[in-house]
Amino acid sequence: MTKSELIAELSAANPHLLSRDVELIVATIFNEITAALSRGERVELRGFGAFTVKKRDARTGRNPRTGEAVPVDEKAVPFFKAGKELRERVNKGKAARGEVVAA
Amino acid sequence: MNTVTRAHLTETIYTQVGLSRNESADLLETVLERMSSALESGESVKISGFGTFSVRQKGRRIGRNPKTGVEVPILPRRVLVFRPSQVLKAHVNHMTPPAGDEE
Repeated sequence: MTKSELIAELSAANPHLLSRDVELIVATIFNEITAALSRGERVELRGFGAFTVKKRDARTGRNPRTGEAVPVDEKAVPFFKAGKELRERVNKGKAARGEVVAA
Repeated sequence: MNTVTRAHLTETIYTQVGLSRNESADLLETVLERMSSALESGESVKISGFGTFSVRQKGRRIGRNPKTGVEVPILPRRVLVFRPSQVLKAHVNHMTPPAGDEE
């Protein structure tokens, strides 16, 4: 599923909305999550998951072709952890049969 | 650290799009639900400019109870992974997103 397919599905389910508005709604959601993460905040959507920013320390990397050492600056990386409900839905079937050991 | 929740996202849709608060909340929920059900069916969700959510099949492996050291089999399972787009990565680092990369 792509963003445009998501917009098309939402438009079909909400015929009273202009597709321009549906596009704006979808863009608003992802822009707002992006803005929160760039402020260093976390976004928690219960049942779906949480977006956070993880810090990666500076390190010495290597150019894999030449083997040359290259300094890599510290950086922030966006991270998503699926919520319990979504995690179980994605893995369902197996969990329902009680096959998930090592709980 | 501040946490952005459904209520904040609803409020943003309400102010940016001009729908009622109720309808804004419903649409946000619908977006999350459509994404969840695509993922549940094993389909990837690709949001250009934001990132890709995909389902990965993990094989069986031997785990260990860290407390007792007892080996326990971890059965095959499906997990959700999120790959942030270059644009999102650039945003969290306050850099200009690479041109022409909407992925």
